[in-house]
Amino acid sequence: MKTNGHDHVIEVSGLRRVYGGGFEAVRGITFHVERGEVFALLGTNGAGKTSTVEVLEGLAPPAGGRVRVLGHDPRTERAAVRPRTGVMLQEGGFPSELTVTETARMWAGCVSAARPLTDVLARVGLAGKTGARVKQLSGGERRRLDLALALLGDPEVLFLDEPTTGLDAEGRRDTWELVRALRDGGTTVLLTTHYLEEAEGLADRLAILHEGRIAAAGTPAEVTAAQPARITFELPDGYVLGDLPPLPGLGVTGHEVDGAVVRLRTRTLQRTATGVLAWAERAGVELRGLDVRSASLEEAFLGIARAASAEAATATATGHETERAVAV
Amino acid sequence: MSAGTFTTPAGRMAALARAELTLLSRSKGTLFAAMFVPLVLPFSARSAAKEMDLAAAGLSVGTVVLPAALGVSLLFAVYTTLVGVFVARREELVLKRLRTGELRDLEILTGSAMPAVATAFVQSAVLAVGCAVLLDLDAPRAPLYTVVGYLLGLVMCTALAAVTSGVSRSTESAQVTTMPFVLLSLIGSGLVVPLEVMPDRLAALCRVLPLTSVVTLLRGGWTGNLSAGEALAALIGVLAWTVAGVLAVRRWFRWEPRR
Repeated sequence: MKTNGHDHVIEVSGLRRVYGGGFEAVRGITFHVERGEVFALLGTNGAGKTSTVEVLEGLAPPAGGRVRVLGHDPRTERAAVRPRTGVMLQEGGFPSELTVTETARMWAGCVSAARPLTDVLARVGLAGKTGARVKQLSGGERRRLDLALALLGDPEVLFLDEPTTGLDAEGRRDTWELVRALRDGGTTVLLTTHYLEEAEGLADRLAILHEGRIAAAGTPAEVTAAQPARITFELPDGYVLGDLPPLPGLGVTGHEVDGAVVRLRTRTLQRTATGVLAWAERAGVELRGLDVRSASLEEAFLGIARAASAEAATATATGHETERAVAV
Repeated sequence: MSAGTFTTPAGRMAALARAELTLLSRSKGTLFAAMFVPLVLPFSARSAAKEMDLAAAGLSVGTVVLPAALGVSLLFAVYTTLVGVFVARREELVLKRLRTGELRDLEILTGSAMPAVATAFVQSAVLAVGCAVLLDLDAPRAPLYTVVGYLLGLVMCTALAAVTSGVSRSTESAQVTTMPFVLLSLIGSGLVVPLEVMPDRLAALCRVLPLTSVVTLLRGGWTGNLSAGEALAALIGVLAWTVAGVLAVRRWFRWEPRR
């Protein structure tokens, strides 16, 4: 489906997902993924990442909204979609008594235009493990076997649900390199993660999910830019916040005081920092623990979680405990 | 990608069945129960069969033992084996993983069931030849009943196995959840005691059990003394249980472990 010259490989509009008990895991989200792009769904556990991906994979029907993968409904038009997608579940399952080769051979028989097994297993670094039973593999090796099977049919679209959870640092780096190589080869990748550095380093665009809603979306730079920068320091003994010049005049948009520790938020970091340091110079005091930092994706992520829990706290105070209890 | 490179349902099921066959060959306990119980159990009933007044009921030792043996084969080689297979694959998240690919749900169930069904086929051939040689059993007089009854029995036992797996939390609990159908069938479906020598009321009750109609068709096929009405009733019985089983699978089969 082409819009503005872009090829939308995945389209999600107003998606909702409700579980049997009535819990609404996904509460109306909209996003799209363009061809050849790596898109990350970032969020804490329970944010709705897997619930979203399962609908895109065609494993579950949406409770509301519309989902298209390669222009088709992944559930009702599965024959048109499945041969062109590869899936790695958060927890993949393979019979523990089969060897790596036997598992891959079984999967290859169920995949259109499967690539040679040895190539794919070598690509994920399992060339030396072909004769090992699945039960003898480490957690990381199982994840890589799962990834190998997802790649077996050279998919146009790859779904990776927390692909590096359980991997050591080296395994994680290898997977990142593999994902980048796939993207360079034209594969569209949708991945979920709760690792900020993974989203920041891999994704062309990302959406931060929080309690079933998209809290922020865009390129990592865009999401970061929407967040304020931060200055933290300790006030010397005998000084209070009021001793500083008026905060709005320094460009401060928000502040917190925790004992002697002061946190200022600003969108004009240089101006605010200069003002604070000039004041310290004039007053002749040393600001201990001084920390001046630009907005990062981590800040954005934490800021969103903070804002959301503040909102929830307000809701609780006004008597909406039940909603909060379900969401937790 | 050329059209020839797309997978076919048969090809996908064959790939899955091959893997399941490997797994069956590595599961010694399952293999033993599936292969040997049906071969041993019926012949222990042979001496009991000799005591009964079979001739009056139009039966012989052979026409009692063989249908019973085939019924036991359906119970152990197909039903209990497949409950274990479906539960194990579900709990290992294999079923969920398979569903992300090109395999359709019915193909997953059928492909997984194929090795057990093949085991039952081989076993039936061995049993039939064994009974012909050892018990002087003639060829079936109405082979159509035998073939139809056996094939429907396979489908029904596979469907009932899938249903039973839905209420089994683990492979251990599957040993308990399979008991009702196994025991009821052994006692009430003519596997040990032919319905013909039971009191009428009890026999009438036993006639509605799932496996009874299958055994009736198998035995009737060999004796040839099943009337068209009786055959039709048995056929309707096994079809009704098969349809009920398939509907129950659609409703209660679980593809993922309970969270």
